[in-house]
Amino acid sequence: MTQRQAYPSLVLHAQGLACGRGGLPLADDMSFAVQGGTCLLLRGPNGTGKTTLLLTLAGIVAPLAGSFAIEGADPEAGPLLHYCGHRNATKPRLSVAENLGFWAAVNGATGDAVEDALDRVGLGDLAMLDAGYLSAGQSRRLALARLPVTHRPVWLLDEPTAALDTEGHQLVTDLIDGHLDAGGIAIAATHDPITLPDAARMETTAPGKAV
Amino acid sequence: MTIQTTPKQSWWSRIAHPGQFVARTRPLLWPLTILTALLFVVGLWFALFNSPQDYQMGDTVRIMYVHVPTARLSQFVYAVMAVSALGSLVWRHPMADVAMKAAAPPGATFTALALFTGSLWGRPTRGTFWEWDGRMTSTPVLLFIYLGIIALWRAFDDQLRAARVIAVFTLVGAVNIPIIKFSVDWWSTLHQPASVFRADGPRMPGSILTPLFVMFFAFTFLFPVLHLKAMHTEVSRRRVMALERQAAQGAKS
Amino acid sequence: MRAFSAIVTREVALALRGGGDVLTLVLFFIITGAIVPFAVGPDKALLATIAPGIIWIAAFLAMLLGLDRLFRPDHEDGTLILLRHADLPLSAIIAAKVIAHWLLTALPLILASPILAVLLAMDLSSFWRMLLSLLLGTPALAAFGAIGAAVTVAIRRGGLIAPILIAPLSMPVLIFGTGAISATQSNAALLFLAALSLMAIALAPFAAALAISSAED
Repeated sequence: MTQRQAYPSLVLHAQGLACGRGGLPLADDMSFAVQGGTCLLLRGPNGTGKTTLLLTLAGIVAPLAGSFAIEGADPEAGPLLHYCGHRNATKPRLSVAENLGFWAAVNGATGDAVEDALDRVGLGDLAMLDAGYLSAGQSRRLALARLPVTHRPVWLLDEPTAALDTEGHQLVTDLIDGHLDAGGIAIAATHDPITLPDAARMETTAPGKAV
Repeated sequence: MTIQTTPKQSWWSRIAHPGQFVARTRPLLWPLTILTALLFVVGLWFALFNSPQDYQMGDTVRIMYVHVPTARLSQFVYAVMAVSALGSLVWRHPMADVAMKAAAPPGATFTALALFTGSLWGRPTRGTFWEWDGRMTSTPVLLFIYLGIIALWRAFDDQLRAARVIAVFTLVGAVNIPIIKFSVDWWSTLHQPASVFRADGPRMPGSILTPLFVMFFAFTFLFPVLHLKAMHTEVSRRRVMALERQAAQGAKS
Repeated sequence: MRAFSAIVTREVALALRGGGDVLTLVLFFIITGAIVPFAVGPDKALLATIAPGIIWIAAFLAMLLGLDRLFRPDHEDGTLILLRHADLPLSAIIAAKVIAHWLLTALPLILASPILAVLLAMDLSSFWRMLLSLLLGTPALAAFGAIGAAVTVAIRRGGLIAPILIAPLSMPVLIFGTGAISATQSNAALLFLAALSLMAIALAPFAAALAISSAED
């Protein structure tokens, strides 16, 4: 495992946040504060706005009401977020290493080297293979390998464990744990339970509409 | 770094709440409609019965009373659309979206009407329905842009999302229309140096100007009538769609 | 700068490995031009007169054909969302993609245009002017195409609508492009063409970025 530099201490604040798609509110009046070094787990049934909340925090969907802010970051530092969505954003005609190398170049190679990241997610032997030959779980691992390659303090993970085996679940847990060790923030929407070694670093919330 | 993404609530975005907009403008609709109808009656009476024949063109000169106002409006409506597009992009104004959407079909209709009357007029006076003359050629291009925008509105499932995307395209079109006009003028001077119409043109007698002016005002008032009515319809349509979706969600949970 | 060149090289690599997309466009371009003599007859004088228009129309259609792969694959596999958080602003990313698009669609057409010039009986001086006009005019077509592709990226069957939207905007390019080959004022037309391309390239990345970020919202 490589030496990880610590992030500046950050807080993600949300105040009365309401989000939805197409003008239709899915989740409203959410207020939370996520400190550096903690993970917020979004739970709840389908259609309660977990993905929409992540997209809102990622700045892709405009909030319907309320506000959120990431406090304590250096304004010169560039983008703060990693968003890891349902779709893996891998190109089948490029090799595994080329896929990851592209994202390292585009996002800035401030973290682990591409080879190390691939080793870490268990794709080290497949680096030269075209990504189109990967299984669903392996593609997911390739998508997760983006996280350690570029240092970003805030991770927004949408179903990170989808299509992964038990080992893969452990990998996600390890990745998040290491990220929290460095003082990062993680917000994950998931149906599979993620148990960190230190339960105190994890909070759970269920977005949804107040009735 | 602080990312603040509070949607701005200015006084006029509150006033322009769709429901309030409809409530405020509905009383305007009937007076405007009556005024437009009166103007059309007067204008058509002048145009058809109380204006002289042209010594060259005969009765066909009366087509001009429809052609000139619609040709003017075809560009004016695009300007309205471009301003609405700016409103929807810069201020995320909900009524600007609606205004933009409601203006496209009347704009396309006026442009098509201008083209149709133009070619009807061209047949007896110039012996051909269509002449690739500079002024005429940029009108179908404008019609194509209108029709493209209407097709774009229909292609989007989510009308709220569509508005900002179409606003971008409308503004790109607005930047391009002068360039298209200029290039078409350049092209037409290249291919046929002698134009049928001169810029200064023959002096128009007052007997022709009166019906022209009245018809011009009639069409100019016709547009806000159509536009307002279409906006009201669009607001209701959106409300129905939102209610349907809410009902569908309520049924699910 | 590294990110910028990474995007350009990735686009080129994807297209070259993608199984002959580039070749298909070139074939389309040549075939479109080559069927014209069958339609209008093999009269050399007539062909030479209409050759500039045919070559420009063929190039225009071929570039429309390649448009759908500009943003749609990236939209569908989620790349476009992730690119929003890249080190580069979205407009710079789109500028890189437009450059790659020009390299992959326009440049092969320009390289293949001598074939059409021979088939359509162009003389040498108009051939040189044609090369110059294609070089100066196709960036504008690529830029307008990017706007059309960005506007329609969220529409499931947007591939059909984009050409309808772009065709009216591209009319000046066709006018000055053919004007630069055949007209009496060909130098003026070349200058207009260059100005048009500069304007379109300056405008397109921002307009397309705005359209793409609005389409996700």
